[in-house]
Amino acid sequence: MIAHLVQYAYLVAAALFILSLKWMNSPATARRGVFAGEVGMLLAIVGTLLVHDIVNYQWILVAFFLGTAIGVPLAYKMPITAVPQQTALSHACGALAAALVGTAEYYRDTPNLHGFTMVALIIEMLLGYLTFTGSLMAAGKLQEVLPTRPITYRNQNLINLTLFAIALGIGVRLILVPTDTYLFPFFAGLSLLFGVLLIIPIGGADMPTVIALLNSYAGLSACAMGFALNNKLLVIAGALDGSSGMILSIIMCKAMNRSFIDVLFGAFGQVQSAKEGGKEKRNVHSASPEEAAAILESASSVIIVTGYGLAVAQAQHKLRELFDILTRRGVDVKFAIHPVAGRMPGHMNVLLAEADIPYDRLYEMDDINSDFGQCDVALVIGANDVANPGARKDKDSPIYGMPILDVDRARTVMVIKRSMSPGFAGIDNELFYMDKTLMLFGDAKDFISEIVKELPK
Amino acid sequence: MPSDLELSLYVFMLATFVGLEIIRKVSPLLHTPLMSITNAISGICVVGAILVTESAGDSTFGRVLGFIAVTTSVINIVSGFLITDRMLKMFRKREDPKGSAKP
Repeated sequence: MIAHLVQYAYLVAAALFILSLKWMNSPATARRGVFAGEVGMLLAIVGTLLVHDIVNYQWILVAFFLGTAIGVPLAYKMPITAVPQQTALSHACGALAAALVGTAEYYRDTPNLHGFTMVALIIEMLLGYLTFTGSLMAAGKLQEVLPTRPITYRNQNLINLTLFAIALGIGVRLILVPTDTYLFPFFAGLSLLFGVLLIIPIGGADMPTVIALLNSYAGLSACAMGFALNNKLLVIAGALDGSSGMILSIIMCKAMNRSFIDVLFGAFGQVQSAKEGGKEKRNVHSASPEEAAAILESASSVIIVTGYGLAVAQAQHKLRELFDILTRRGVDVKFAIHPVAGRMPGHMNVLLAEADIPYDRLYEMDDINSDFGQCDVALVIGANDVANPGARKDKDSPIYGMPILDVDRARTVMVIKRSMSPGFAGIDNELFYMDKTLMLFGDAKDFISEIVKELPK
Repeated sequence: MPSDLELSLYVFMLATFVGLEIIRKVSPLLHTPLMSITNAISGICVVGAILVTESAGDSTFGRVLGFIAVTTSVINIVSGFLITDRMLKMFRKREDPKGSAKP
């Protein structure tokens, strides 16, 4: 009887997970979505605990306690700038869980395992282990405890692919002859190693894509677990997770005009560094905070373009003050958000929302690009490549073809920048040398404070 | 009658299409919270982890693996849902009193 009830609990949980993601489509319903997800998860856990004769009760209880004790501070103490790292760690946790469950099942059932279950287990463990180490590497790069630039060596792709092929070969051997348990540690070890090697050649600029991709892998690994356990709820949740990560990484790739293959095998940072030297000094116009304040004051519409540099300078809250003053003076202030602004999909939106900037003032690239032509001032803070007109005009530019914010079409452009150093991708930006561009040199937070001081309250 | 494998494949296929359709409609505004909530949902691995811990019986190896898997899944569930809600609380429209996320 209870055994049947639990199937219905899983069914309801699956429906709640779907609703949960559906309600994420708008800020108005999103928190309801979180609630639906929580109820679904509770149903699934309680159902699972009720239906089985619990032998190792204390183990599970302690694990629940420990997981909560780690999870709560992780959610509340983490600064919003660090959410990408937290997300990567979270992929690592999910992937590790899937891989370990697969491993435990493999050793438990070895003599009786065959065919299809073994295929599912191998996929689950392969994806699980490689996503585990890959996500840890990604988190390390985002936290900058590991070098963010791509690490490359000779024949890198060949070595990586060979290792992957060997891991896959051992996997196939284990599927055919599951009793070859001595091969298993090699399989797990190679999968773990491949995860590391997969991520080290990837540069900081490609992190948003990589995080989304790892999200997808973690989901697919959970999905494979569902196949192995013949549990449809796991299949559904894993498939939802997998497709979500897949869509996000496609969006990120499109926003950078790169293909998956480029991201995984490209090592972006390298290509341009060769091109640097031999650049002549060019003139730029710079302006003081007073001049900048005067221009903003007389503007009737301002579009602010922000990048991750804004968060690095901790300037979000000062920017909110500027936004408030200008809005009160009747200036129409909008924020233009490029899809890859920040370190993960949608990161910039959360950073600005944290600074209390109303979300109906945040505009996506496609919605705002036509407005630049009519706007008086475009203010660029901590962003560079996403506003580089070279992507549109210069066929030789490494970012040629990448969709950009059309900042250069505004009447006046102001760029707050520490110095003339090139951005993440290491590419010079034509925008800085235009006649209508004023460079505001300095730390974003200090410079915005200065502007705010100059503006009449 | 279709086998378990075939049924699972059907479920997988349908869930993938549903997922693709739903996620496509999510506003880019909320892509970060979307990722954290899908992480929380991927904590559903806890079901498999519980089953493995229980069926491990006296095997210490199995129990330890299960224990770690339950712990990491619970970390995902707890931190995923809480941080999603924390971020969503920050999204406000103009003229909106503090502390409410409703439009």
